[in-house]
Amino acid sequence: MYASAQHGASRSDILTALGDTKQVGRKSCSTSGCCGQGKCGSQKGQGDLPSGLWDKVKTHPCYSEEAHHHYARMHVAVAPACNIQCNYCNRKYDCANESRPGVVSERLSPEQAVKKVLAVASAVPQMTVLGIAGPGDPLANPKRTFKTFELVKTAAPDIKLCLSTNGLMLPDYIDAISNFNVDHVTITINTVDPEIGTRIYPWIFYKHKRYTGHEAAKILTERQLQGLQMLTERGVLTKVNSVMIPGINDHHLAEVNKVVKSRGGFLHNIMPLISSPEHGTAFGASGQRGPSPQELKAVQDSCEGEMIMMRHCRQCRADAVGLLGESRTAEFTIERIMSMELNYDMDTRKAYRAKVEKERAAMIVAGHDALVGLADVSSDIKVLAAVATKGSGLINEHFGHAAEFQVYELSKAGAKFVGHRRVDVYCQGGYGEEGSLASIISAINDCHAVFVAKIGACPREALIKAGITPVDQFAHDFIVKSAIVWFTAYLKKVNSGEIAHVQRIQAGSRNATVISAA
Amino acid sequence: MPFKIVSSQCTGCSACELECPNAAIFERDGSFVIDSKKCTECIGHFDEPQCVAVCPVDRTCVIDTSLPRYQAPARGETA
Ligand code: SF4
Ligand code: SF4
Ligand code: SF4
Repeated sequence: MYASAQHGASRSDILTALGDTKQVGRKSCSTSGCCGQGKCGSQKGQGDLPSGLWDKVKTHPCYSEEAHHHYARMHVAVAPACNIQCNYCNRKYDCANESRPGVVSERLSPEQAVKKVLAVASAVPQMTVLGIAGPGDPLANPKRTFKTFELVKTAAPDIKLCLSTNGLMLPDYIDAISNFNVDHVTITINTVDPEIGTRIYPWIFYKHKRYTGHEAAKILTERQLQGLQMLTERGVLTKVNSVMIPGINDHHLAEVNKVVKSRGGFLHNIMPLISSPEHGTAFGASGQRGPSPQELKAVQDSCEGEMIMMRHCRQCRADAVGLLGESRTAEFTIERIMSMELNYDMDTRKAYRAKVEKERAAMIVAGHDALVGLADVSSDIKVLAAVATKGSGLINEHFGHAAEFQVYELSKAGAKFVGHRRVDVYCQGGYGEEGSLASIISAINDCHAVFVAKIGACPREALIKAGITPVDQFAHDFIVKSAIVWFTAYLKKVNSGEIAHVQRIQAGSRNATVISAA
Repeated sequence: MPFKIVSSQCTGCSACELECPNAAIFERDGSFVIDSKKCTECIGHFDEPQCVAVCPVDRTCVIDTSLPRYQAPARGETA
C-alpha cells in the first residue's frame, strides 16, 4: 500500500490564509493605496501565505500567476471516459489544431504516460507539475489515473501531481487523492443551483443509472460541494473552475464564488465558454455564445476580494505541454518519445529551480524598487499595457512572433496582471500580413502601450496610428519593473501637461471604424 | 438480443468498457466492440443496459436485432 501523505498545509492554514489575504488587502488600502487584488505586496512573492501553502503554489503555474512565467505543466491524456455530459463538450471529434479543454490527439496508457513525463522532464527543466485532466473525467477512470500517479511518484518524485474533475465521483476518492499526495485538485463547478444546472448538464451517469434534468443536476452539485469540503478538510488545495455562459450562469457566478469560498476553495477561475457551431457541441448547435473579454473581466472583478481570482488560465488541452500559453505537445508524441533519450536528473532540475528562484527574487526586488519612484506621482489614472513575452517574467518576445499578449493594469498600486489576448502571429516567415496586424491591434486596442523586445517599422507605425505606443526600450528586462517605470514617466508627462491622457476604448467593442478612428 | 456498437459513432472513450458487468466490451482499432456471446443485456445486473446509459453519443450502443434475445438463467441455475 501507499504511505500515508503528510500535507504541509492543514485546513486551518488554508482558512487562515484566505482570511489573512483579505485582511492584508483591506489594511493596505489605507496604508499604501493599493486595492483590489487582495494580495497586495504578495503579488510578487510569498506575502501573506503561510509557508506550507506557499511551498505548494510557488512552482505551480496554474496556482500562482507569478509562477506561470517560470514553470511549466504537462497533462497526460490517460482518462478518456466520462460520467456526465456537459453542453459545452463534444467528445466525438478531435482536432489537432484546436486548443480547448477536452480536446486531445493521443490517448496514453499509464505506462506510456510515465515515459512521456520523464521525456518532458528531461527536456523541459521548467516542468514542475503533472496534471490529469481528461479528456474525460479522471475519476471516471480511477484505475488509469491512480496507476499513472503511482508510476510517476516513483519515477519522478519531485513532480507535483494534480487532477481536474467534474466532481461527481470526488467524495469516493478523497482517500486515494490524499494517499497519493496529490497537491492540487480542480473541480469544475458551473453552478450551485440545480435549476441552472439543467441548462448545462443534460445527464449524468451515477450508480449504474442515467439521471436527467433536475435530479441529475442536483446530484452533481451536491457531490461537487461535498467533495470540495472533504478536500479542504484534508488540506488539499482546491481550485474551482467555472465556465461563464452568458444568459445561463453569468449572473450566478458571484453566488458560486461565495459558496465555494465558504467550503474552502483556494482559487476561483472563471473561464469563458468557447463555443462555435463547428465544435459540434450542444451549445455550439444552439448558438449559445461565449462572453467577450470585457464581460469576463467584469464578472471576475465582481468576485474579486472574496477569494483569489485566477486570470491567467489558458484553458489547456488535456495533453498540453509547456509553459501556459505555449504548446509543445507536438514535440512529445508517443512515437517521438519512444526514440528519445531520457536523462531525467534530479540534480539538474534542482539546480535549474534554484536559478529560477534567484531570478524571481531579483525580479521582485526590481519591481519594488520601481514602485518607490511611482510613490511621489499622484494620479487616479489606470491604463492597460500589453506585453510580448516568452516567459520568465521578461519582455523577451518580438512583436511579430507573439502568439499572445499578456495584459497588465497599471496604476498607482503598480502593475497587476489581468489577462492575456491570443492573436494570430503577425510575422509568419519574415513578412507581415495586413489582415493579422489589424486583428492584433483590435485585440489590444484597449491598451495604451505594447511592450516588445523588437518591432519592425511598419507595425510600429500602424500601432502609433491606432493610438497604442510601441515600447521596445525595455527589451529583455523585467515586465513589472519596466511597466512601472514606463507608467511613472507617462503619469509625469500627463501631470506636466506634456501629453493628454485619453481613456482607451474597451476590447470587445472592437471594429474597424474604431481602429481607424483611434 | 445483445447490444452492439455502431463503430462509426463510437468516440473510443472506453466508458462502456468500464461499466459492462460482463466484460463483454473490448477495443478494436480505436473503436469498441461488444462480444455478443457475453452480453446479457445487463439483465439481472442493472435496470438499464450500462453501455447505453453511459455512452456520450446517442444511438451508438444499439440492440442487435439479428440475434436472439438473451435468456436469463432460471432461478437456482448458475450462468
Ligand atoms: S466533464 Fe469534461 S469530459 Fe465530461 S462531458 Fe463535461 S467537459 Fe466533457
Ligand atoms: S448491455 Fe450490458 S452486458 Fe451488454 S454490452 Fe452493454 S453493458 Fe455489457
Ligand atoms: S461509451 Fe460509446 S463512445 Fe464510448 S467507447 Fe463505448 S460505444 Fe464508444
